[in-house]
This record gives sequence, structure tokens and C-alpha cells, in this order.
Amino acid sequence: MNVIAGAFAPPATGRTAMISNKNIVRVSNVTKSFQLGKISVHALKGIDLEIPTGQYISIMGPSGSGKSTLFNMIGGLDKPSTGKVFIDEVDISQLDAYELAWLRCRKIGYIFQTFNIIQVMTALENVTLPMTFAGMRNESAVEKGMELLELVGLADRFQHKPFELSGGQQQRVAIARALANDPAIILADEPTGNLDLATGEEIITLLKNLSHERGVTIISATHDIKMLNVSDQVVWIRDGRIDKIESREELTISVGRIDARPGA
Amino acid sequence: MTKTATTITPATEAPRVHRQVVLPLGKSFEIAYNSIRVRFFRSLITTMSLVLAVSFLGFVSVSTDIANGLLSTADPGLRQALIRSGYDLEPEDTRADSSPKQRWIVVLSLLVCVVGIVNAQLMAVTERFREIGTMKCLGALDRFVLRLFLLEALMQGLVGAGIGALAGALFALISNTFRYGMIAVTTPAMADIALSIAMATGVGCLLSIVGVLYPAFVAARMQPVEAMRVEH
Repeated sequence: MNVIAGAFAPPATGRTAMISNKNIVRVSNVTKSFQLGKISVHALKGIDLEIPTGQYISIMGPSGSGKSTLFNMIGGLDKPSTGKVFIDEVDISQLDAYELAWLRCRKIGYIFQTFNIIQVMTALENVTLPMTFAGMRNESAVEKGMELLELVGLADRFQHKPFELSGGQQQRVAIARALANDPAIILADEPTGNLDLATGEEIITLLKNLSHERGVTIISATHDIKMLNVSDQVVWIRDGRIDKIESREELTISVGRIDARPGA
Repeated sequence: MTKTATTITPATEAPRVHRQVVLPLGKSFEIAYNSIRVRFFRSLITTMSLVLAVSFLGFVSVSTDIANGLLSTADPGLRQALIRSGYDLEPEDTRADSSPKQRWIVVLSLLVCVVGIVNAQLMAVTERFREIGTMKCLGALDRFVLRLFLLEALMQGLVGAGIGALAGALFALISNTFRYGMIAVTTPAMADIALSIAMATGVGCLLSIVGVLYPAFVAARMQPVEAMRVEH
């Protein structure tokens, strides 16, 4: 576990590497307002959050709670109005376009509700694209891409275009792609939102195994109660603020009550 | 003990990892080419106005070459035929030139063509917002996106303008053969015609690039989070 965490942060100095072993993401007093016509909407009203390395974190909350906004902040896809977001103890608002692209390429893997597989590329090309951006040679990228597709159980479909794959398979390709550059964090935005129950569960199990075996921190925004089962921590967001943070031990009771599905 | 430690220290210094993302040119070509191939009909529409405008340019230019070829025979009959078909030839002229009116029509058709390309490319970019956003999430820089669109436009330009220029030249040769007979094909210098075709192709490529510039900038500057918000 320590070895993996170290390998994920090669350019960091000794000091930051040590800190990053504890908290991979730190959100400090973040607010975000949007201007909608003349009205300004406060999506986030002061969020403080620390996410430890190697954990499976679920961000839960109703629609419009600011969940997606917070999620975009952590992913470096959007900048906070005030406050700071640190990834690996680096303040991402200080990064220029190049460093931000590097961060997205090497440190973070994204998984989306709508899969967002690039339609004109095959499964394998989708997985190797981030490796190309990272400067990996083509043969090694293809080799690693096949390994990753095998990991998600799609090795025999590497030549297929997205429209020839089911939703669950597309999401698997997206997971393989997210893992391409051995990121420290995987951000999953409603990864099961467009999938049926069984496929959704497969995807959740896959993510859980990855976080176990590879020590990847998984942060997922979700509505899906199935996610609670596997989360190490659940962050409940309500009305732009953190409502409560529950760890798994606290959760099992409530999940046992909700979780009345057969075969779960 | 201390001696070994001091000798090891400088050698084991970890190499600095490059904090940069890259997209090699070869790979850009591959992606751009595949992108055109997969969206063949969309590319065809973008290219069509270019084909038409460039073929008109090629037609006018090659017709002038043919007229020059005919003039070089110094046959008074052919000279009269040229004047009858609309060339303004003074008695002392030894070279024909496209008339100002023709030039204006060519320039106008090229302008309309650029507007058509901008329109078609803006649509194409809008259709691809999500793809662009995804690429940016995977670590693409603005200039990768820009480069991909420029390469696509260059390829479309080369093919479209090439086809247009050849079609225009062919049409000029055929129609002039009908008007003046086989002499229209035999007298003009092949180098002139080739030069005209190359010029028309070059102008076409340039127009294709000019037409894609604004749409490509729009695409490249887009924030990934905005791109993802687009509904399909």
C-alpha cells in the first residue's frame, strides 16, 4: 500500500509525499456561486473536507445539493469562487493550463454517468489515448491497454467501437481508461446512473476491487444506495454544505434496513 | 561507512519526471484521419462547398491557360474566336487574361465558400463538444484540440480542393475542346495548366484552414466542465 502510494507521486518531494500518504485531497473552506441572469446562486457555502489516500468515498446528496459542483472542484474541472482545493498538497487554483492538463492526465482518472467513450475510437484506442498524452510509446501503451481491458473483462472486445458495446461494457472501458496512467484518484460521477441494477452492481464491485488491490482513492458522487455497501466513508451534502460524514461502521445499520433487495 | 554514503549520494539522485503532456504529430494525424473517415458524410458536406468553389477557380484559371495557348499559335481566326467568346483582346495583346468580371465572381464564390465552411465546421464542433471535453479530461491541452481540427481541415482541404481543381480543369478542357476543336488541348503549355491546378488546390487548402480557425478556437478554449454539460 505504501509502495503504491509512493509510486503514484514520483515528482513530489519527500515532504509532500509523506503528507500525501494521509490525505490525497483536501478541500478548504470552498464556496462557489454561479451567476444565473441577475440572481447569483450559491452552490457551495463553505465546504471543508479531507479525503485519505486509498479510501472509497461516496458523496451523497439530492439533486441540486452542490454535489456535482464539489465533484468538479475536486477534479480540477472547475475553480472555486473562494477557498482552496489541494490535491496531493498542491493548490490546484495555482496551476497553469499545462500543469492542470498534467494533473488530469496523470493523477486523476474520470468516470462519467454518460460513459463519455470517444465514439470514433475503438475500446483499445480509448484506453491508450491518455497514455499517448502522457508520452508513452505506442507499443507499451497498447500492451498496457490490453492488460487493463483484461482487468475489466473486455480483452476480447478491444477492437469494438462504443456503439457495439452495451452500457455496462462502455463503463468498463471508461474504468480501464481512467486507470491508464495509474492515477492516484478516480473520480466517478454517478457511474451507475445510466445502468440497470445488476450491471451497476458489477461496476461497483469492480471499483471496490480496484480500490482494494491498487490502493486507488475512489471518490464517487452518487444517488445509488448500492454504493453505500462498499464505501469506506460517505459524505452527505445538503444545500451546499456537508450534512454529515459517516464511516462504514456507522453505516452498516442503516444499510441493513434499506437494503431489502433479494440476492444483495 | 561514511565514505560509501558520500559516493552513493550523487549517483542515486532520482530523475525529474517531466510534468508535461504530449501528442506526437503522427498520432495527431492518425486521430484526425480516423475522425474524418468515421464521419465521412459530415466531412463530405463540409468539403462540398470547397470542391465547388475551387473547381470554379480551376475552371477560370485553366480556361485562361487555354486561351493563352490558342493565342500563341498567332492564328487570326482563333484570335477572332477568342474575342467572340468574351476575351477583351487589344490588337497588340499577346496574352489573354481573365476579365475583371470573372475575377470578381471567383472572389465572391470563394468568400461564400469560406462562410459555408465556417458554418459547417461550427456545427461539426458543436456535435463534438462532448468528445472534446472528454479529451480535455484525459489531459489534452488546448493546442492538441486546435491541432486536430487544423489537421482535419488540412486533409479535407487537400482532398476537396484537389478534386475541385482537377474537376474544374477537366471541365475547362472539355468545354474548350467543344468550342475550338482539338487545338485547345494541344497548344496550351502543360506546365501552365499544372500550375493552375496546384494554385487552385493551394487556395482551397488555405480557405479550408481559414474557415476552421474560428470554430477550432471555440473548441479549444472550451472548459471541460462546460463541454460535459452539453446534452445530446
